[in-house]
Amino acid sequence: MKVRIGKRPKGDLVDLIERISGEDPSLCYQCGNCTAGCPAAFAMDLPPHQVVRLLQIGQEDMLLSSRAMWVCVSCLQCYSRCPKGVDISKIMEALRQVTLRRGKDGIEVKGLPVDLLSQSPQQALVAGFRKLVS
Amino acid sequence: MEIPYYPGCTLNTVARDFDLSTRRSLKRLGIELKELSQWNCCGAVFPLTPDNVMGLSAPARVLNRAEKEGDKVTTLCSFCYNVLKRTDYRLKRDREGLEIINDFNEGDYRGKVRVLHILEVLKELVGFKEVKEKVSRPLKGVKVAPYYGCMLLRPAEEVGIDDHESPTIFEDFLASLGCDVVTYPKRIDCCGAHMAMGREDMVSEMSGRILLSAHEGGAEMVVTSCPLCLYNLERSEAPLMKREPGFKAMPVLYFSQLLGLALGEDGDGLFSGKNLYDPRPLLRDKGLL
Ligand code: SF4
Ligand code: SF4
Repeated sequence: MKVRIGKRPKGDLVDLIERISGEDPSLCYQCGNCTAGCPAAFAMDLPPHQVVRLLQIGQEDMLLSSRAMWVCVSCLQCYSRCPKGVDISKIMEALRQVTLRRGKDGIEVKGLPVDLLSQSPQQALVAGFRKLVS
Repeated sequence: MEIPYYPGCTLNTVARDFDLSTRRSLKRLGIELKELSQWNCCGAVFPLTPDNVMGLSAPARVLNRAEKEGDKVTTLCSFCYNVLKRTDYRLKRDREGLEIINDFNEGDYRGKVRVLHILEVLKELVGFKEVKEKVSRPLKGVKVAPYYGCMLLRPAEEVGIDDHESPTIFEDFLASLGCDVVTYPKRIDCCGAHMAMGREDMVSEMSGRILLSAHEGGAEMVVTSCPLCLYNLERSEAPLMKREPGFKAMPVLYFSQLLGLALGEDGDGLFSGKNLYDPRPLLRDKGLL
């Protein structure tokens, strides 16, 4: 793994994520409170605190290939418990937006079961489409 | 008293019970929910990233309409509440964003509306003491676990209807109906939300933890204020019974159905029989139906 020390190039992924999310990953001191409270961490290949860590050290590829952003449910438990006020839900949303804008979706719409469409409350579909599909 | 009311998409369809039971109960408490004369979907999720101003246009239209019809607006669904409240919070503080949205919507929202969740209406405009006095059929001996979920509590500074870690508004409300309130640790955790779309396995795990926590606290039923929470919780009971032999499926319903019952509403009008696990047999056993 290559880690760049010193100034980051302008316009790289970290820069973009910071701009879109309005969050500053450098505030994080890796206490792990976010991950401890995250109800979806069990399904993440990268738990929330590691997502922030990888942003700090500029690991674009690992961040973009991770599934964490797609299983984050935007519940804000991480933010609620972060002693530094880092809102990871915004960082996850920024990662999704960057990925969706590149045309990559979080789910395959064709694969959705029909009774989900007929039985679930509309908000499940509206929320799901807005978060997971470009 | 009349209060402008934003139902949102689900309350007219899958969550009809929620809408009807709330309207009827509030009428008994002297409040008429007056549906906005025009409304659209709020968008279901608040755009989390601040650069996404356009994502605020749908909820801003709702607020704009509400502003023309009163100084407050109430909503029942936790998702709608969260989106409207956060949008309003942002637009009250971001003049540039407000201008962009008003230009786009051809609207004139000024940020003069107070968004209230119906639990806040019950607490602040009616008062739980008043509710208690109006109860004609106390729900004695019903062990009820209130489920908050995320949307009523987080982020605390923008939407929190109560303390974000140790809320009591739901418990206090249920106590006023005479229920045996069950307090359990997972009541503020997420049910899995939109993971219902394609990741049932995750929902089943996340909602399963909540149900199990309520069960361990001695609950006989769970109440919520969100159609998606209800959907996820109900559908996670069967898999949980398989995983945890000690767990027995329990009814999940809207808190307003219990409110109606306690206020003396007729059971037939409150329970349409749509629940996966019908609460009526249990309520009948307790002599409440
Ligand atoms: S809780 Fe906050 S400070 Fe702690 S690891 Fe998570 S983001 Fe970093
Ligand atoms: S918002 Fe996402 S990362 Fe944060 S606690 Fe919830 S699921 Fe985990």
